[in-house]
Amino acid sequence: MSVFHEIRFHGRGGQGTVSAAALMALAAFEDGFESQAFPKFGSERRGAPVEAYVRISSTMIRAHNQVYAPDAVVIQDAGLLRSEALLRGLKRGGLIILNGEQNPDSESRDFRWICLPASQIGERHLGRSLPNTVLLGALAASTEWVSPGALEQAVTKLLASKGETLIKANIAALREGVGFITQAEEVVA
Amino acid sequence: MDKRDPFRHNVLTSGHRACSGCGEAMAARMVTDLIGPDAIYINATGCLQVFTTHNQQSAWQAPWIHSVFANAAAVASGVEAALRAKGKDTPVVVQAGDGGTFDIGLQCLSGMIERGHDVLFVCYDNEAYMNTGVQRSSSTPHAVRTTTSPPGRLSQGKHHLKKDVISIIAAHHMPYAATATIAYFPDLKAKVEKAMRIKGPRFLQILSPCPLGWVHDSALSVTVSRLAVETGLFPLIELEHGELTGVMRLAEQKPVEEYLRPQGRFKHLFGSKAGAVELRHLQALADARIRRYGLLDADTQWDTACAMQSVRHGRGGYASSMPTSEAVKNDT
Amino acid sequence: MKQLLEGSQAVAEAVRLCRPQVVAAYPITPQTHIIEHLAQQVANGELAAEFINAESEFGAASIVLGAVAGGARAFTATASQGLLLMTEVLYNIAGLRLPVVMVCANRAVGAPINIFSDHQDSMALRDAGWIQLYVESNQEAVDTLIQAYRIAEACELPVMVCMDGFFLTHTFESVDLPTQAAVDDFLPPFHFVRTLDPADPMTLGGGSEADNYQEYRSAQQAAVEDAQPVIEAFDAEFDDRFGRAHGGLLQAYRLDGAETALLGMGSLMGAVRDVVDKLRDRGQAVGALRLRCFRPFPAQALVRYLSGVQRIIVLEKAISIGAGGILASELRAALHQAGMMTPVESVIGGLGGRDLTPQVIESVFHETSRDEMGATFRFAPDHVMPDETDHG
Repeated sequence: MSVFHEIRFHGRGGQGTVSAAALMALAAFEDGFESQAFPKFGSERRGAPVEAYVRISSTMIRAHNQVYAPDAVVIQDAGLLRSEALLRGLKRGGLIILNGEQNPDSESRDFRWICLPASQIGERHLGRSLPNTVLLGALAASTEWVSPGALEQAVTKLLASKGETLIKANIAALREGVGFITQAEEVVA
Repeated sequence: MDKRDPFRHNVLTSGHRACSGCGEAMAARMVTDLIGPDAIYINATGCLQVFTTHNQQSAWQAPWIHSVFANAAAVASGVEAALRAKGKDTPVVVQAGDGGTFDIGLQCLSGMIERGHDVLFVCYDNEAYMNTGVQRSSSTPHAVRTTTSPPGRLSQGKHHLKKDVISIIAAHHMPYAATATIAYFPDLKAKVEKAMRIKGPRFLQILSPCPLGWVHDSALSVTVSRLAVETGLFPLIELEHGELTGVMRLAEQKPVEEYLRPQGRFKHLFGSKAGAVELRHLQALADARIRRYGLLDADTQWDTACAMQSVRHGRGGYASSMPTSEAVKNDT
Repeated sequence: MKQLLEGSQAVAEAVRLCRPQVVAAYPITPQTHIIEHLAQQVANGELAAEFINAESEFGAASIVLGAVAGGARAFTATASQGLLLMTEVLYNIAGLRLPVVMVCANRAVGAPINIFSDHQDSMALRDAGWIQLYVESNQEAVDTLIQAYRIAEACELPVMVCMDGFFLTHTFESVDLPTQAAVDDFLPPFHFVRTLDPADPMTLGGGSEADNYQEYRSAQQAAVEDAQPVIEAFDAEFDDRFGRAHGGLLQAYRLDGAETALLGMGSLMGAVRDVVDKLRDRGQAVGALRLRCFRPFPAQALVRYLSGVQRIIVLEKAISIGAGGILASELRAALHQAGMMTPVESVIGGLGGRDLTPQVIESVFHETSRDEMGATFRFAPDHVMPDETDHG
């Protein structure tokens, strides 16, 4: 079966947005897909809006263009919704994973919203309000584009130099992100 | 296999195209013979490069490379890194003029010193861009006539002071920096030899009169460079890790006029009121240097009088009877 | 083994596999990640090289010049303003015939200052005497870097591997890194005949005058020209050993039976291939030709590949201000010399990081030439937002 997904990540410098994209691509690669991850090209500034993109494909990815029509958008900082056109180009029926409690934008009913308090969950596991691995867990569980196991492998690989403790904490955060979706699905069922 | 000519020993051989009385040629001959052919020489663009490697000819009997004007210290950094990578300890020596040291080459030189490359950088300081026809450099002394600092109704020559490059170099806290001239060969020899015994970046600034640019008789190059020292205008000093560790004391201070008179580049200062002001300024500069380095009262037996008593003997006039700067230091 | 690596890391790994003994660089976006990875490899003891933090790109180029003259394999990387600051030394390296290998992480040139990718920087150095290879993907960057050392050392010429800043340097994608043993087999240890050595003293970089300077230049021109078959041969040998080739001098894509050819260099050609597939599906007779080797300029090979088409569109990410497209001009000269009058449309786009999307490339194909207006080139249209339903 031919697979092609594009994802756009929004966050602020220092929130691990580019790392989240790299982890997603790495997980897809672990699952046997071709994948690509790259930041919106620009200077590195803490606190400034950051974008990163991921492509996942069953065939070789040749284009190196930015992602304009994503299948999913991951928003690591809800505050950005006020200043940036975060949903631009998002396909009809596309998925939004939002780090936040509420659906802040009533006009965007064309899309599927998943809102979760990823910063708080991240804080609990990492001691810092880092939402990225929690959101990745939710993204993986709700789309099944990558397996949670592959994401855990990706975390282990990318953070290898940062030590066992940090890897374990991130995996725990990731699992809680996965659990947020699977538990919600059980409630619906 | 050693492919060198066994009958020609000088690193810089005869037959090159330097002007008669060229102070830089004399200095380069002294320095490179003291270091010898078992070294790699890097040359900045300038007179020395032009007159020694004219049109497919070479006067060098040692491995020698010239790249561009500004980058000699960086090329040397690369050569030294290559030797280090290959486990060799061949000495690496840069030769540059004052343009390649004080001005266009200063950034690369600073980088080379900061990174601690094991390189001796020799600046043959003739106080202007002589290779291109005597334009002023930041080494040109105050009030000197050059083609780009000409005296005129509104000008008495160069407006600015000679850059104190040795202090800038020493401020890198490098192992060894010293000044020398062709007039005091035993002193120069001692400094080259000392520099070659030290690891890390080392710097020698050698005053090298240029009869063409300084406009003096070709026979007077050594005399003029001696007068630069004896008047206090060019102190002979040594600095180790930024600290002053040696000076050549002046047996007596000569008035700067004795140094300025034989040189056409100062001629415009004589016989006018404005020129007289500049002459007083130059005397004041000499006095200030004498005070700064204690040239009249330094605690050393190594002074300009005993330096002149050196007996000429052996090839190149080595004065082995004279105390080395080490011996001087031990005495003090 | 295939890995998902950032382009900069992939190329740094390739550099490591080539065993350089001296690495010198000055950081500039978007080259920084390459030298950061190399610095880390040296710090970890994975790369036995002298890592020299130069005080400027001018210094970095001079250091690798000295290192190669001193008998060591060397590497540097830069971009944009840094490449231009190196200019004097790059001409000098080429004139001294020193086999230096450098990566240019292609970036626009100021003013206005812009850190994003186009080809203006390396195109400005096209006359310097360096071989220039432009890569499309990170895999090709890795393979070309390894080939570059072989080419440089066989020809005694410097080689610049041009990879698009950000589009490649900052993109994670899958890359198959060769093993150390395989690279060692392909790339013999460094040996430079004119090494500075007291036992065999040589003068490098002495003077030359009117009676012989032109002969030096003519020899240099011949050497760069003669590198064409070498570049092809080593790409073919690389294919035999590693199972990957990148076209040697140039690479055709679905050019058989094509009436229109899209010609370009670098990472944009991936999107061009996608566009060719789409247009072919719709019955358009279109193909693509990717120029991998810009210097030496493979005029005869280009003419051979393009002899069957009726329309050539040259897409390029640089401009010769006051003249227009550089690649297009050189192609026109080559075609003219071969007696061909095929119309060449010169389209300049992607400047300063502007994304040449598949939609833009397609619209360039659908646009008609404006030659009748006397223009020798046109700018690509601005980005067109893709139709949401276009993917699937």
